[in-house]
Amino acid sequence: MLSRTADHLYWMARYLERAETVARALEAEQQLSMLPRPAEAAIRSRRATLVALGAHEDYDERSPDAADDVLEFLAFGREYAGSIVACISQARENARAVRGAVASEAWETINAAWLEMRALERRKGVERARLLFELVRTRAHTIRGVTVVAMLRDEAFHFMRMGTFLERADGTARLLDARSASGAAGEHGSDPHEWTVLLRTLSAFEAYRRLFREAVTPQRVAEMFILRPDVPRSLRRCLIEVRENLRAVSNSASAETERRVGSLQAQLQFGLPAELTAAQLPAYLTDKVEQLARIGAGIARDFLVPADPPPPRPVKPVAEGAQQQ
Amino acid sequence: MTRAYDEMIGTDGRARPHYRAYSDWLLARGVEQLPAKSAEADALFHRFGITFAVYGQAEGTERLIPFDVVPRVLPAAEWSLLAAGLKQRVSALNAFIADVYDGQDILRAGRIPAEQVLGNSQYRPEVAGIAVPGRIYAHIAGIDVIRGDDGRFLVLEDNLRVPSGVSYMLENRRMMMRLFPELFARCQVAPVEHYPEGLLANLTSVAPRGVDHPSVVLLTPGAYNSAYFEHAFLAQQMGIELVEGQDLFVRDEIVYMRTTRGPQRVDVIYRRIDDDFLDPQVFRSDSTLGVPGLMQACRAGTVTIANAVGTGIADDKSIYPYVPEMIRFYLGQEPLIDNVPTRVLRNPDDLAYTLAHLDELVVKEVHGAGGYGMLIGPMATREEIESFRARILANPSGYIAQPTLALSVCPTLVQAGLAPRHIDLRPFVLSGREITIVPGGLTRVALREGSLVVNSSQGGGTKDTWVLEPDGTKPRAPETDDA
Repeated sequence: MLSRTADHLYWMARYLERAETVARALEAEQQLSMLPRPAEAAIRSRRATLVALGAHEDYDERSPDAADDVLEFLAFGREYAGSIVACISQARENARAVRGAVASEAWETINAAWLEMRALERRKGVERARLLFELVRTRAHTIRGVTVVAMLRDEAFHFMRMGTFLERADGTARLLDARSASGAAGEHGSDPHEWTVLLRTLSAFEAYRRLFREAVTPQRVAEMFILRPDVPRSLRRCLIEVRENLRAVSNSASAETERRVGSLQAQLQFGLPAELTAAQLPAYLTDKVEQLARIGAGIARDFLVPADPPPPRPVKPVAEGAQQQ
Repeated sequence: MTRAYDEMIGTDGRARPHYRAYSDWLLARGVEQLPAKSAEADALFHRFGITFAVYGQAEGTERLIPFDVVPRVLPAAEWSLLAAGLKQRVSALNAFIADVYDGQDILRAGRIPAEQVLGNSQYRPEVAGIAVPGRIYAHIAGIDVIRGDDGRFLVLEDNLRVPSGVSYMLENRRMMMRLFPELFARCQVAPVEHYPEGLLANLTSVAPRGVDHPSVVLLTPGAYNSAYFEHAFLAQQMGIELVEGQDLFVRDEIVYMRTTRGPQRVDVIYRRIDDDFLDPQVFRSDSTLGVPGLMQACRAGTVTIANAVGTGIADDKSIYPYVPEMIRFYLGQEPLIDNVPTRVLRNPDDLAYTLAHLDELVVKEVHGAGGYGMLIGPMATREEIESFRARILANPSGYIAQPTLALSVCPTLVQAGLAPRHIDLRPFVLSGREITIVPGGLTRVALREGSLVVNSSQGGGTKDTWVLEPDGTKPRAPETDDA
């Protein structure tokens, strides 16, 4: 397949997944804002989300008269390339560029999501954020469904899946990081409610109960989303998928990237829950996010268009939250 | 300007025979149902993304080409005559282009003034002597035909470079079948959906000699081109790669595309980029859309470009008046479809006549396109006529003049209900080992009352075009619940 086509498919999938990650992070914030917490806890938690998503620099640099509204910025901020609306638009632009290479129904679904999003952007009122999150979530389900059902298991499919799972691994790591940084910065350590909310926003609360049958603890949640191969959003599960799809498109230039993926997968497969204590977790996650970024760069170099790929989101400085202790 | 021919209603005030099944259905169902269908069509076109971006407007502004839900219907007998005339015309045009670039018999015979061809900006000396497979240059031709007030078809314009619009022919049909399935059960409409298959077969048939399973690609300027939807659509329907210039490169006079598994050879390029932008080493050096070295590969015969470079010499408006002469010269036949009578203003007599009758005539710039650079005398103000007169006098050979034709009208859905609007027809003619035409084409309609300009860039819309099967004039036995 054309390298440029593979590039568009890969980024289309990444941007869709990224939109979903941001939507889930903001849903978590919205639910947390309803808990009876001191104001500084809410500010801290929003800040942690901004930092974990790599959006804090853009947020701080936005025009001085802009509203101090993290949620609005991350959901509807056209000036921020990582906002939900920007990600959906990017996904749609990529899909449009290769609309002939994806199943028609997949293109129509992405286009419909974009049209609905444009309608929401024009709307006013508090409702629209919730509606946007719902839209992203349900449309993401539909797009994945159409893709899996209607597309040939060819290179187009593998590049899309590779993009999806690489981005999802990155997103899971960042969402965990937001909670761990927010907790680490508090006076009384981690707030168990924050972790419960995270489980719910990742559609994993019921799974947690079945796996552990005990109170929600940060370490257990981390174990679940990092080490367990049976949890669909876990780093380990995502890496298994990345590796399979990468193997399916392997070429003469991709040996080093395959080695890096294998190495990260092994770290996750043989990792111990004991490595995931509150003190260790921020550095652990930063390391994983950096490894994922190197894998992404490798895929771009080996298969995709060499000319300026979209810049990766900044990897957060090592445990910014921890330094405030 | 006389009264326009009405496609649906005859001089006796009744629906013409080939429209009877439709008009019975319309009377039974009522015109009131049409606006809702029209709105449904718009919503679906938006959802399918059959749109183009409008520049200089707010981000995310995308436009539809207006679609009219009332079909344009042609009876089988009329179509077969038209199709025969189109085949004749396109085969003469291809013979002409081949002759211009290799032989120039027609110029030596004095049937067309040599300076009209060799001094034309559309003549490409760079391609003279290149051996083109089958001597076919215009593999895909879109011929614009109109119906005059006497009901006869006339050719208004030949489009032999990168004619577009065929995707709308296909999508309009798909939309009509979705909106009005019961109509297709009543009227026997010849299918058009096999066009991409025919196009691929046609492109495959002109591959370089010795290539058994040619790799065919469609070359697009990219996603921001207004016809991008069509490019992506055709590539997908043919199952071929949609490439941009940056995806291709030439090494040792062979064209390759960059794939995830390394370079892969390309044999046939269906290009939707103008000649000027194809190869910066030969044509415009600032083009980033093309492929450096492409013309060298073409000259070496390792790749076929469709349409071939240089076809513009045959669809230039200053050459158009000579097409009937080409048909006589190359085929020894009389044209089955006439040209619109045309005055060439480089001739002093024609110039004098035209200047004296500017308020009656249509005057066109020979290199203009898209309905621009045109004076429609009867519709123009005194000032417009005088300023155009000055332009003509400054460069008479840059213009041709034609009588203002009453293009035929077809009922069209407007705010107030159904009203007659002027239409034309662009059938698509494929030339390869043989010449084929899918029955129908793209009917364009001028949506403004009285307007004769059907171009989509100037407020034109489109209609589905129905060619009825030979026995399709009589309606089938009506379904029991339809009466």
